[in-house]
Amino acid sequence: MSTVTQPHAPSPATAPHDPRAPHDQAVPQRSMSLSTFLSTYVFSKDHKVIGLQFLFSTLVWFLIGGLLALAVRWQVAWPWSDVPVLGKLFAQQGGQMAPEFYTMLFTMHATVMIFLVIIPILAGAFGNFLIPLMIGADDMAFPTLNMLSYWFMWPAFFFFGVSFFVEGGAAAGGWTSYPPLSTSTVSAPGSGMGQTLWLLGLTMVGVSSMLGSVNYMTTIILMRAPGMTMFRLPMTIWAMFITAILQAFALPVLTAAGFMQLTDRLIGTGFFSPEGNIINNAMSGAGGGQPILWQHLFWFYSHPAVYIMILPAMGMVSDILTTFARKPLFGYRPMVYSIAGIAGLGFIVWGHHMFISGMNPALGITFMVATMMIALPSAVKTFNWLGTIWGGRIHYTTAMLFAISFVSMFIIGGLSGIFMAATPVDIFIHDTYFIVAHFHYVLFAGTAMGVWAGIYYWFPKMFGRTMNEFWGKVHFFLTFTFLNGTFFTMHILGAVGFPRRLADAYHYETFHHLQPLNAFMTWCAIGMVTSQIVFAINFFWSMFRGPIAGRNPWNANTLEWTAPSPPGHGNFDFQPVVYRGPYEYSVPGCEKDYLMQTDPPHPAEAAAAAAAHA
Amino acid sequence: MDQDKRDRDAGSGGNPPGDSWVNGLPQGRRWSGIAWSLLFLLVPVLGTATFVIAPYYNHWFPKDVSVHGRSIDDLFYFILVLTGVIFLATELILFWFMWKYDAAASSKPATYIHGSHALEVVWTIIPAATMLFLAIYQMNTWADIKMRRPRMSPSAEVVARQFEWRIRYPGRDETLGTPDDLFIVNDLHVPVDEDFLIQLKSMDVLHSFFLPNLRMKQDAVPGMKQPVWFKATETGTYDIVCAEVCGWGHYKMKGRVTIESRADFDRWLARIEAEQKATQRGPDEIPIAAAD
Ligand code: HEM
Ligand SMILES: [Cu+2]
Ligand SMILES: [Cu+2]
Repeated sequence: MSTVTQPHAPSPATAPHDPRAPHDQAVPQRSMSLSTFLSTYVFSKDHKVIGLQFLFSTLVWFLIGGLLALAVRWQVAWPWSDVPVLGKLFAQQGGQMAPEFYTMLFTMHATVMIFLVIIPILAGAFGNFLIPLMIGADDMAFPTLNMLSYWFMWPAFFFFGVSFFVEGGAAAGGWTSYPPLSTSTVSAPGSGMGQTLWLLGLTMVGVSSMLGSVNYMTTIILMRAPGMTMFRLPMTIWAMFITAILQAFALPVLTAAGFMQLTDRLIGTGFFSPEGNIINNAMSGAGGGQPILWQHLFWFYSHPAVYIMILPAMGMVSDILTTFARKPLFGYRPMVYSIAGIAGLGFIVWGHHMFISGMNPALGITFMVATMMIALPSAVKTFNWLGTIWGGRIHYTTAMLFAISFVSMFIIGGLSGIFMAATPVDIFIHDTYFIVAHFHYVLFAGTAMGVWAGIYYWFPKMFGRTMNEFWGKVHFFLTFTFLNGTFFTMHILGAVGFPRRLADAYHYETFHHLQPLNAFMTWCAIGMVTSQIVFAINFFWSMFRGPIAGRNPWNANTLEWTAPSPPGHGNFDFQPVVYRGPYEYSVPGCEKDYLMQTDPPHPAEAAAAAAAHA
Repeated sequence: MDQDKRDRDAGSGGNPPGDSWVNGLPQGRRWSGIAWSLLFLLVPVLGTATFVIAPYYNHWFPKDVSVHGRSIDDLFYFILVLTGVIFLATELILFWFMWKYDAAASSKPATYIHGSHALEVVWTIIPAATMLFLAIYQMNTWADIKMRRPRMSPSAEVVARQFEWRIRYPGRDETLGTPDDLFIVNDLHVPVDEDFLIQLKSMDVLHSFFLPNLRMKQDAVPGMKQPVWFKATETGTYDIVCAEVCGWGHYKMKGRVTIESRADFDRWLARIEAEQKATQRGPDEIPIAAAD
């Protein structure tokens, strides 16, 4: 209890319980009053409960986003044919999709996936659950703020959710919401109320992220256990830390831009409206603004945001790889520096989304050079991951398979980035399926696979039970296979120039022969979404029926594995003291192949260190 | 409580029962390590195969009929080879490590190593130099396509609006915005082997003027005049695609570009002129001037 600033004392007094009994923290007695129930499960300030609330909410939205994706894919593969199942749900003209409905679908698919799934599942679910546990704190620095960060997601859920049912439907201007399509209410059906709700929802997600970000930074800086220096932090925490910094610096710009777009729409400020614009045969707005300004502001946030959407997954994957390769992380410091490098460079590459937007082409060159350079830290990370499994003793658990696939798939997503960073090539492939391939490789094949790795890996800590390995592997195999079937072929579509966001491209001579390939991809996408049933059943079944897990089922090193599974309120039933970095696996001369961060100094370590320096 | 303390000291304990869990970690069989590594081997194999096979089924670049398109395609191939090599190398190494370092394959302990300074330097410097080279190498192409505009007055104006391309030719006086301008919708004609300079505008929302066969794409932004130029090398009729989402009818915002000999082009212009005189169609009916 020496050097740490703890807001409330850890509770050894509450220790006499069996750590392996699930739910020992909640003590769900039958006599529990309503207010206890509410403060324990609903308006909880416990970071673990908040983390799980984020996890469940985002998984529900993941399902919704997935179904939206299938509807999009249906239209792309078989335009204007009756949509099965979903067609009845949103019965348009007799089950057949209207083009404005299609534009709404791809807009809301991306919106849901980015703002309601990927960002909150990484920072909100894993960040919340893991940060205090992995740094040896009993909770976050600001538990109330933490609770609010979750509850601010609900207005966002509400705004996005009801926008589907207002007149004109939900937003339909793309997740990038480029004006004037998004600011002029007459420009498209979805530019009405749906777009206003979209902006409000986005703002709420921003508030939630900001509250989380402040909390994560403070917690990581101030509440580390004794001995936990910054350079003994696991990669997951480093990634969360730098992600929080990215959020804090980038978000204000998006929030401001969102408000500007809102006032453009509501009171005609005209920040993004040019002079004398005629939309739908009506003069639109005040003028005096610039549509491209929005793109700068939007991407100033949203490029850093793509790293917000992957850095935490990179951190988690690094930890999982070391655990199941039984090897120290290769190049710990370069790994930290490359995350920092990605974050730094991430602020000066936003213009690569705007090469052909009408932005000054000379400016495009500077963004191109910066973008080329950002591929560098990504390469360094990849090489270090390969270095990590080299010479290891690999255990093919489900978590490990997902983590390895993250590496394998991130290579593809990173390399396709280079094509698009090359400005002349981007002239041709911009806004084609090549881009769609790229970001699905980094975001789905990368981040989402990393998230699954994280779920299988930390499930025992979350629920005190282990997920079924066999069905986990079935889930992995199906997802991995179908995802490549769906997304790899998109590169080929991109090479033909097949544009994204077209409700029907087959009436173009250039693209009319691409329907069979698209049908194949849609079948794979259907398979991919369907495979998640395996995951869902495994997840819920294991939560209640899975084999009971001990504190440290994977023989891992980091602090969370010293706490009971699941940890009680206050997390640790002793004061963790840290003696070493997180990756001391297979130390020669040590009787077991791992040394936890809390294990007292071991003679073999000193010998190994001496040998290394000899 | 004693069990609890022992757990903590040993750092382990209470593992799920069952004989597949030895010493805390699930022990795989050798065949499963082999199977999983082979699955990952499929990534580079099928990935490469996809790119090799696709062109044979006409799933590849649309025919290029422009002068600068060649340098774009060449750059694409250059990057394809470069990234292809890195892709194959890293994915094959991944496969090989998975195969070789399977815990079930040997009883050797894992190598206790924290990294290598020399390797870090090598794999930082080499990609850095490569990326820098690539960055510099392509600048000239970009400048040719987007910065070094031919010195001439616009050959035509293209004004995008929901959901059509309104095209205007300068007419006999070769100046846009005069009464003898010629108007036409969705049907762009271009003389072959000549520089062609388009002034691109939008009346309402963003659009993107995409000519796949001419390897040209440029967003049309209301309030701005974008220069777009190219030199066509072959006659024929090709697609004009809108590549920036512009509302519900985005998918059908289709035009055609006809590349023809100078003589055919002039004949076509004359015909449009005659038709226009006959029907008295002019700027009044097409509110194009408002977008100036
Ligand atoms: C190796 C590093 C990377 C490079 C060089 C790179 C480059 C690019 C470029 C140039 C574009 C714009 C293409 C265009 O619209 O024409 C782009 C788009 C995109 N990138 Fe990356 N990227 C990299 C890594 C990532 C990562 C790690 C993520 C996310 C985790 C990501 C997510 C995205 C997304 C979402 C888009 C498309 C946004 C949209 O238009 O809807 N990229 N990338
Ligand atoms: Cu970007
Ligand atoms: Cu369009």
